[in-house]
Amino acid sequence: MTAQLLFFYFGGMAVAGAVVAVFTPNLVYSALSLLMTFIHIAGIYILLNAEFIAAVQIIVYAGAILVTYVFVLMLFNPEQEKRYFHKQYKIGAFLGAVVLFLMVFAGFKTEILSKGGPFTVEYVEEIGHTRAIGNALFTDFIFPFEIASFILLVAMFGAIILAGRGIKKPKGPGGRVDLSSRRKAKEAIVGER
Amino acid sequence: MTPIMPDIQLIAIFPESILAIFACALFVMDPFIARDKKEQLGYFSLAGLCVSGVSTLFLWGKSISTFSGMIALDNYALFFKTLFLMISALIILMSIRYIKIERINLGEYYGLILFATIGMMFMPSATDLLSFYLSLELMSMSLYVLAAFMRKDPKSIEGGIKYFLTGVFSSGLILYGVAFLFGATGTTNLGEIAAFLQENGVTSSLSLIMAFVLLITGFGFKISAVPFHMWAPDVYEGSPTPVTAFLSAGSKAAAFSVMLRVFINAFALSSGNWWPVLWVIAVLTMTLGNLVALVQTNMKRLLAYSSIAHAGYLMIGLITASQIGYAAILIYLVGYVFMTLGAFTLIILLCSANMKGDQISDFKGLARTNPMLGLVFIIFALSLIGIPPSAGFVGKLYLFNSAIQGGFYWLAIIGILNSVVSLYYYFRVVQVMYMDEPNAGTVLSFSPTLKVALGITAFLTLFLGLYPEPIIKAAIDSVQIFL
Amino acid sequence: MIGSATSINYIPIFIFIVISLVFGIGTLVISYFVQVRIDDPEKLSTYECGSEPISDARNPFPARYYIIAMLFVIFDVEVAFLYPWAVVFDKIGLFGLIEMIVFIALFLVAYVYAWKKGGLEWD
Repeated sequence: MTAQLLFFYFGGMAVAGAVVAVFTPNLVYSALSLLMTFIHIAGIYILLNAEFIAAVQIIVYAGAILVTYVFVLMLFNPEQEKRYFHKQYKIGAFLGAVVLFLMVFAGFKTEILSKGGPFTVEYVEEIGHTRAIGNALFTDFIFPFEIASFILLVAMFGAIILAGRGIKKPKGPGGRVDLSSRRKAKEAIVGER
Repeated sequence: MTPIMPDIQLIAIFPESILAIFACALFVMDPFIARDKKEQLGYFSLAGLCVSGVSTLFLWGKSISTFSGMIALDNYALFFKTLFLMISALIILMSIRYIKIERINLGEYYGLILFATIGMMFMPSATDLLSFYLSLELMSMSLYVLAAFMRKDPKSIEGGIKYFLTGVFSSGLILYGVAFLFGATGTTNLGEIAAFLQENGVTSSLSLIMAFVLLITGFGFKISAVPFHMWAPDVYEGSPTPVTAFLSAGSKAAAFSVMLRVFINAFALSSGNWWPVLWVIAVLTMTLGNLVALVQTNMKRLLAYSSIAHAGYLMIGLITASQIGYAAILIYLVGYVFMTLGAFTLIILLCSANMKGDQISDFKGLARTNPMLGLVFIIFALSLIGIPPSAGFVGKLYLFNSAIQGGFYWLAIIGILNSVVSLYYYFRVVQVMYMDEPNAGTVLSFSPTLKVALGITAFLTLFLGLYPEPIIKAAIDSVQIFL
Repeated sequence: MIGSATSINYIPIFIFIVISLVFGIGTLVISYFVQVRIDDPEKLSTYECGSEPISDARNPFPARYYIIAMLFVIFDVEVAFLYPWAVVFDKIGLFGLIEMIVFIALFLVAYVYAWKKGGLEWD
């Protein structure tokens, strides 16, 4: 009973945070209400005995990713843009409704055909959630683990390359071509659109 | 306490490991190399691809399943690995001068291509939903950055953003489908999923249908099948041209390689009733791709729609769900890769300091001033349409043959009609090249590496059309695993 | 299932949250009743170390912040992977060590690259 009450509290607050994040016109409020969503989702993980995931949720999402969001908000011109409906908002709303319907439908209707794997609730409670993850991650799932590190590596390179500042100015005369005419042509193309 | 020994056979990931070492070394070396000497890194990455390629050839014929069933090394995987290594090598060959002209000659460019190649090479050998998804992400993540690599060009940024957004959306759909499949069967291993479904006699459950719909939508985005194609023309137009070639050849082939494994192994495509969905998508894809290509004036957009159409042809093999159909996909992909790369090489050739060279009008009179180029383009055009003697013809022959053998007569007829339509727009370019007056001031940016790339693609397109037996044999060998 | 034996471990955290809530709200409520209020328009103006605020504080940040934040996210995720590794290290032994060395070596590559490219510099 308490667990159910807690679940409804955490779930409700997570949804409320998400709704505020979408509808508030102030971007910083939006980011902070997202923080509320993240922390309450961590609460749901704890209810499911997944304390490691909960810790990661708080460390990575509430800690790092939210900080990135706030920085990205600050990168833009802070003047708030006027809200308007995009031409295609009807299509978007329809697709959103379809996806929402699918998720709700899936939650109630899909059947679990299998008996379930080796990681039962009893097993996880016996040896602890973090240990269970460690056991699986560093033996059977070592390949995805290493690939994930490659993905993070590429993400880091991408951030440095595209955010631009990381690239120092070229030294020496190499690779310098006069592109002024070409650039004008490009601008003309862009201007037409 | 005895330590747990994970199931690791490093030989199964040997070619990728070599490539990973080269890629990491490249990123460490890059800051120490002056801007005007970056092409050295290009040659360095070519060396990495060659070493990796040699080791791949030595592995041919081996059959290993390792990392607790995450990765399999078999002829099917090796076939694709070789193909991806060749694609990357060709892309690097055609990039070396191009990225100097576009002033994006950074070492990271080559490094990201290597990382994307590693992702692609893992995709056909992935026998687990998790390892395939992460390999797909590794490839896509590198390609998102590459698509937006011309940071000063708004079109490239636009293309990069569009590619990123549709890419992560489709990855999300695939992951959602994976979750359904896992929820229904309790395992992520493709072989175990198939075994579970067979043991319990499950043919159509709601979870399975959801998983199938979500996976086909996600893959539809990745291979740019209609109606999930709308990102392709803009992204293809905006990206640096070699990256466009990489997208249209490499990422599409990789997506097909993993689609075959997932749909045939896990869903047992031949026994299910999935084909009507695929049939509709395939017909829409090839028809719309070819019809819209008719009105394009930009060469890159034209090739984008043409590659959409080719994805439609390739799906025929998936629909027939027969061994010859699967082999036909492999054969067609090989031909498709070389002819597409060749066509993009010509666009790169036209790109110079004062011209972007991606309009059809930029090709005016090219064959008059340079007859050899005209001839080479005709080879690619013949192959893209599917006229003998070319690699495209052999591939289409096998695809349509498999459709007829499987009883899908309408599919074969629609495919052939579409090929006839495609004749019009490819030969419009040929006509522009031969009939129109040459543009004054067209400078061709020839370089030794580009010539090599053009020579290899043209030669292979022609050679595979005249003597396709080795590829056919290799393809039939490769798809033995699906029996 | 939900609310099982492990939930007993969260009681200290729960007490902690309750105490911090009581303290935070209590301070505000008590000070609301106890304080002496003298309204003054100066008091409502933005506090800027004594000087007059001249414009909106929210100027666009340089993109440099973004790179730092991005690097932080990625190293944060890396550290998150270290926890389960440390917990099961007694079981996985040498293999686990090698796995983690490979994992960290990859980040070292990124670190060297970021450093040399000036991603960590502040002009």
